[in-house]
Amino acid sequence: MNFLRLVRVFFRVNIAGELAYRMNFLFSFFESVMGLAFTLVGLAVIFSYTDSLNGWRPNEILALVGVYSLLGGVIRVAILPGMQQLTESVRDGTFDFTLTKPEDAQLIVSISRIGVWKIIDVFLGLAILIIALVRLGGSIGGLQAVEFLAMLLTGSVIVYSFFLILATLAFWLVRVENILTIFLSVYHAGRWPLSLYPDWLRYGLIFIIPVAFATTIPVEALTSRLNWVTLLAAFAAAVVLFVASRAFWKFGLRHYSGASA
Amino acid sequence: MKALVQLYLQQFKTTFASMFQYRFALLIWMIGQVGEPLIFLVVWSTVSNGMGGSVGDYTTGAFVSYFLVLMLVNQFTYTWLMWDYEWRIRDGTLSFALLKPVHPIHSFIADNLMTKAIQVPVLTVIAVALAFAFHAVLSVSLWVVVAFIPVLILAFFVRFLLEWTLAQAAFWTTRVGSLNQLYFLLLLLLSGQIAPLSLLPHPVQIAAKILPLYWTVGFPTELLLGKVTPSAALFGIGVQAIWLVVTFSLSRVVFKLGVKAYSAVGQ
Repeated sequence: MNFLRLVRVFFRVNIAGELAYRMNFLFSFFESVMGLAFTLVGLAVIFSYTDSLNGWRPNEILALVGVYSLLGGVIRVAILPGMQQLTESVRDGTFDFTLTKPEDAQLIVSISRIGVWKIIDVFLGLAILIIALVRLGGSIGGLQAVEFLAMLLTGSVIVYSFFLILATLAFWLVRVENILTIFLSVYHAGRWPLSLYPDWLRYGLIFIIPVAFATTIPVEALTSRLNWVTLLAAFAAAVVLFVASRAFWKFGLRHYSGASA
Repeated sequence: MKALVQLYLQQFKTTFASMFQYRFALLIWMIGQVGEPLIFLVVWSTVSNGMGGSVGDYTTGAFVSYFLVLMLVNQFTYTWLMWDYEWRIRDGTLSFALLKPVHPIHSFIADNLMTKAIQVPVLTVIAVALAFAFHAVLSVSLWVVVAFIPVLILAFFVRFLLEWTLAQAAFWTTRVGSLNQLYFLLLLLLSGQIAPLSLLPHPVQIAAKILPLYWTVGFPTELLLGKVTPSAALFGIGVQAIWLVVTFSLSRVVFKLGVKAYSAVGQ
């Protein structure tokens, strides 16, 4: 399939580029492990005083931390680099070359850049998640597992669409380098259950900057806290947002007149 | 002296102008500054409510005021030296600054002060709004206010000189990201930003009181909250004064060594 072939090619190119900076792997690894270690220390302090946080047991929060790191890794590996590249290339004019290529421009933008070393976060997140799952043991059935995977996918699509909409604004605003950081600047909030926050903050994390879909909702599915209505709503939101972001992208493209020429 | 005053005024103007140029960056920064303490405020309030209204010597209302005061103290004392310095070495502009007849630290101080002059009032308004939204409990006696002012100023200078010293690492390696993150995480834990120091494990408390980090953020915060006795406050000011001397001397020595070791990059 053409799509997979392109992904493979771009992946190889990115790996080859990054292998010139092998020490970056060590530094990246060190930073990720440290970040996680301090997160776990924080959790240990909190759970030395209580054994449940608004009904969430320590191992359930641990699963949340795992998903937080996993999805954070996915964003930094697969979503953010491409979008950053897009906003830069709109500003300096090199986006014109992307448009001349025979493939769909959105596809090329989305897969041409990969944050190779941040894949560490994905693996660390998976490791934490597996530890949490083993410790949660028998309380998770097949249905929850399926729901969890579906919500992870849903969350990724929502985050991708959100980033695409932000990056598309570059066609009008040109200088938007900061706009992409808005998601990660509130992503911290996704390390804790949504039910902790007051209403205004919770709705903000669902409807304005959709952090909730990335971390809390998948783990709620995993720990059977999610009802069918929310599940379907999240699924519908992903479809709507994906279609809408695609339409917005095409609308933006029509507006794009080139910065270099 | 007159030249120095002029330099400060000019840097004030430049910083002021660039802040209004990058308004969106200001918004992003604000979300980040408010976000972290707000999350821990919510988490500890939840723990406290679950345990019948208090954890250790903190009630739910005290947690709210602790994290809001912490947010302001942290805001007042924080610097972005460790990132800025590395950046200026990488793009070569530090080389120009080193050629000037004045010490480059002055423009960094002026930049920091002007930025705070805009950020602190904005954040204070947000903190007050949040204090009402989350029902903060805070009563402050007069001596605390009197003691708080010098403590806060000392905290600012200790932290500035400490982070200035650490920023010099960029003279030896152009890759200080990992060092920065290690420092930042230690700061998070030891300065009381994850939880008030008295709730942390005993060994962590001891480490925090030996290192300077607690004295730049946690101590001023606890002082304003009324958690510090007058004699402990005096002791704290003494510790801050010692750290001021230490960081000042260190910053001078390390800067001299760094400039010697420095070979310029960039154009």
